Amino acid sequence: MNRKNIIVIGNGMVGYKFCERLFNKDTKKQFKIITFCEERRPAYDRVRLSAYFEGKTAEDLSMASIDWYKERNIDLYLEDKIISIDRVNKTVTSSKGKTLSFDKIVMATGSSPFVPPVPGIDKAGVFVYRTIDDLEDIIAYAKKCKTCVVIGGGLLGLEAAKAAQELGLKTDVVEFASRLMPRQVDDAGGEMLKRLIEAQGMTVNLNKNTKNIVGDVSVTGMKFADDSVINTEMIIISAGIRPRDELAKACGVTVGSRGGVLVNSSLKTSDDNIYAIGECVVYGDMIYGLVAPGFIMADAVVEQLTGNSAATFTGADMSTKLKLMGTDVASFGDIEPQDIPCKDIVLNNPHTGVYKKLLISEDGNRLLGGVLVGDAAEYGTLLQIYQNKMQLPADPMSLILPRNDDAESGIGIGDLPNTAHICSCENVTKGDVLDAIENQNCDSISAIKSYTKAGTGCGGCVPMLTDLYQYKMAQDGIEVSKALCEHFALSREEMYQVVRATGINTFADLIAQHGKGTGCEICKPTAASIFASVFNEHILSHAPLQDSNDAFLANIQQDGTYSVIPGIPGGEITPDMLMVIAQVGKDFDLYTKITGGQRIDLLGARLDQLPAIWNILINAGFKSGHAYGKSLRTVKSCVGSTWCRYGVQDSTSLAIELEIRYRGLRSPHKIKGAVSGCTRECAEAQCKDFGVIATEKGWNLYVCGNGGIKPRHADLLASDIDKDTLIKYIDIFLMYYIKTADRLQRTANWMMKLPGGLDHLKAVVIDDSLAINTELEAQMQHVVDTYECEWTSTLNDPEKLKRFKHFINSDDQDETVQFTRDREQIRPLQHSEKGLRDV
Amino acid sequence: MNKEWINVGAVVNFAKDLGSCVKVNGLQIAVFNLPKNNQWYAVQNLCPHDKRMVLSRGIIGDKEGEPKVTCPLHKNSFSLKNGKHVSEGDVDDITTYPVKVKDGDVFLEVSV
Ligand SMILES: Cc1cc2nc3c(=O)[nH]c(=O)nc-3n(C[C@H](O)[C@H](O)[C@H](O)COP(=O)(O)OP(=O)(O)OC[C@H]3O[C@@H](n4cnc5c(N)ncnc54)[C@H](O)[C@@H]3O)c2cc1C
Ligand code: SF4
Ligand code: FES
Repeated sequence: MNRKNIIVIGNGMVGYKFCERLFNKDTKKQFKIITFCEERRPAYDRVRLSAYFEGKTAEDLSMASIDWYKERNIDLYLEDKIISIDRVNKTVTSSKGKTLSFDKIVMATGSSPFVPPVPGIDKAGVFVYRTIDDLEDIIAYAKKCKTCVVIGGGLLGLEAAKAAQELGLKTDVVEFASRLMPRQVDDAGGEMLKRLIEAQGMTVNLNKNTKNIVGDVSVTGMKFADDSVINTEMIIISAGIRPRDELAKACGVTVGSRGGVLVNSSLKTSDDNIYAIGECVVYGDMIYGLVAPGFIMADAVVEQLTGNSAATFTGADMSTKLKLMGTDVASFGDIEPQDIPCKDIVLNNPHTGVYKKLLISEDGNRLLGGVLVGDAAEYGTLLQIYQNKMQLPADPMSLILPRNDDAESGIGIGDLPNTAHICSCENVTKGDVLDAIENQNCDSISAIKSYTKAGTGCGGCVPMLTDLYQYKMAQDGIEVSKALCEHFALSREEMYQVVRATGINTFADLIAQHGKGTGCEICKPTAASIFASVFNEHILSHAPLQDSNDAFLANIQQDGTYSVIPGIPGGEITPDMLMVIAQVGKDFDLYTKITGGQRIDLLGARLDQLPAIWNILINAGFKSGHAYGKSLRTVKSCVGSTWCRYGVQDSTSLAIELEIRYRGLRSPHKIKGAVSGCTRECAEAQCKDFGVIATEKGWNLYVCGNGGIKPRHADLLASDIDKDTLIKYIDIFLMYYIKTADRLQRTANWMMKLPGGLDHLKAVVIDDSLAINTELEAQMQHVVDTYECEWTSTLNDPEKLKRFKHFINSDDQDETVQFTRDREQIRPLQHSEKGLRDV
Repeated sequence: MNKEWINVGAVVNFAKDLGSCVKVNGLQIAVFNLPKNNQWYAVQNLCPHDKRMVLSRGIIGDKEGEPKVTCPLHKNSFSLKNGKHVSEGDVDDITTYPVKVKDGDVFLEVSV
């Protein structure tokens, strides 16, 4: 049978999704898929484009590899653009001169950034923000700049501004309208958003109409209609999008009056053989500049081609949530009162920087829309209520009031109808998920993910998916498995208890008696960490169980080299010891940097160099800093009463004492501590796992704080206690955490899940409510008494040293590790810089 | 292309339950010694995910009974038997090499 040629023009997010869906649905193999892409990379995740600034590579963002297309027999032409369509003879021609015949065409040409036609816009230093190439250009140019202006204060503009700021540029946002995100938030919301953005260090300029761009060859500034001027060295334009309809126009396919390839609800253009989907489309006067509607369109066309002629597209929801780090903004439905009578409920708290507004129907039964700024945690629930036209609770205000954790919210996942969308990227409903659990034997989140594809797009729905799964399990009376992995039915806490109770101290015994199979990357390091917490044996006596970091007593870096961090308790170091570090850095040509924990990081050490480096450090009196382990990292300190004119206690001495006490302590995740000499808190103790702040009368102990991804202020566990009590409390607190936490659970997260929360913890630590404190203290004392520096003992053991070699049959070094220099120090070569050979 | 068995060293050089990296005709190959059932496996040392020479430093385990190695960098897992990528996501498979032990030495079969 002759297959029909489907030519997909544009391999962006939507074009790719179309290929994937058609391939999966086309079980009769009726179609040959051919796709052309103007860009030099196959489709990548444009939605997460800004992640490129956080170090994601083009490969990380890629939707599928080139092999993916090959394996599916999909012809992919990269860097080749379709330049004409001959609709009479049914052929397309590409810029590289390829002419192919087609049965159907699917246009997925996306859109291009709108560049306002102001004089000077073509100067060097003006950029758009759409493709990976754009971002690479921006990054390269930004190296020479200190300032940047982003034109456009919409969704993308703010994302671009944040990125510019992360590149170290002083960033201004310029918006034509009188508020930020004019299409998504109302005036008051825009005002709050402006404050939040400015609090992050950017400047917001509203009501600004650009007159011209100033500068000779390159940009030096911008001039506005009100004659004001902003000086800047670069400009990023994010002033809206224009659908790419030039190809449609050129071949006589009808386009909308304001641009866009015009389609009907079957997504057919004026030519029956040509479909259009995604951002290039105009349907019902609307351009859908979001990815989810594009995916729905792709689905509808796939359905039609594979026999379901009834499948149509009749519009899609344009609710959005801004994914700016540190700023929550979301909106859905109507944001301002429309024709029908309605009421609004507003919560505006300038103090906490939160603004929330709900628009509800006159009778108070239906949610018509809403705006959330500063805290969008309820977005998922509200969106569901809105989309499914659900009955509102008697007091809708309860939906947006700040909640304490125990209080039940008005509406839970169980109340949602089966038609409720859980994952909008993949168009998966609550009913689909329940069906996967009930009828398709999906018995875990990952099984549901791979069966329904929910949560595999932007991932934003995973928390809701998890809630739904747990809700369903609880309803069916099934206990959700806390099993560590396929080899152990035990949770980490249970494994810890088994090890303590039985004294089993080898993985072979543990898995033989309490598990099955041979283990994996999850249970092996967990067991190793538990053995270390309980018995405190040398970490390398369990080498086969360790993550690479513990196996080589150093933290592995992205290029396979390691970092070396000697311990510097409390951050106190003599000039002589500093010179030792400096000499090592110089002799081994390592990249040297001060860490946030008041010590010094030496990066770029090859495996075979580690013993020599540590030999020098240990001989000079350093000890391992355990920077590689899930263990105590540092106890940071300020200079305290010894030097500081405000200090009330000697914070440095205490920090040193604590760091030496707990160094090497293995735990479910890393632990950080700090001691400040007075309430001015220069050591930032309240964002640490344990933090101590000096008072006139003694010490205040704070626990379970965190910086990192999800900052959390520590809770005050005890005040004005003396040093012995303080150490006793920390001993108990840490051991209780080690005993009960899940693997890779930091204390902050552990606390949030701890039944009874802070009150419970206080009762355990202070009142010994579980009557286990003598035991916990004894365990801690055992760890303290048996401390040995892991590097010192490794250097004394030729057997252990054997593994510090790249090749066991040659003294050669790994030639794929290559460096270049930035600011006089080494850094790894990126792949793009070294023309990698295949193996 | 011709294939040949190449001696990569004595059995005792290969740590038990761990991976070791050997250099054979310019190739980096990760060799795994699993003494429990007297099993040996060899795969490319390059992790295809971020193209780093690190697989010999990964943790060994099994997925539903199938032996696997997990990359130390981002935890992608690969079958030691056939090189298939067996964890979540879309990452390429890896090459495996036949291994045999003869007279106390380990041999790999590679193209020459
Ligand atoms: C920084 C940024 C952040 C975003 N954030 C979000 C978000 O949070 N949520 C959201 O829903 N959406 C977001 N979007 C929008 C989202 O990326 C788009 O809706 C989506 O990419 C549209 O997919 P598409 O396939 O229609 O177009 P595109 O992804 O633009 O793909 C079109 C492709 O076709 C190519 N092409 C064009 N003409 C031709 C031709 N003649 N021949 C061959 N190839 C051609 C183009 O070069 C392009 O590669 C964001 C966009 C950007 C730029
Ligand atoms: S915390 Fe107090 S004692 Fe310590 S440096 Fe700051 S002001 Fe001084
Ligand atoms: S390099 Fe191996 S998993 Fe990323």
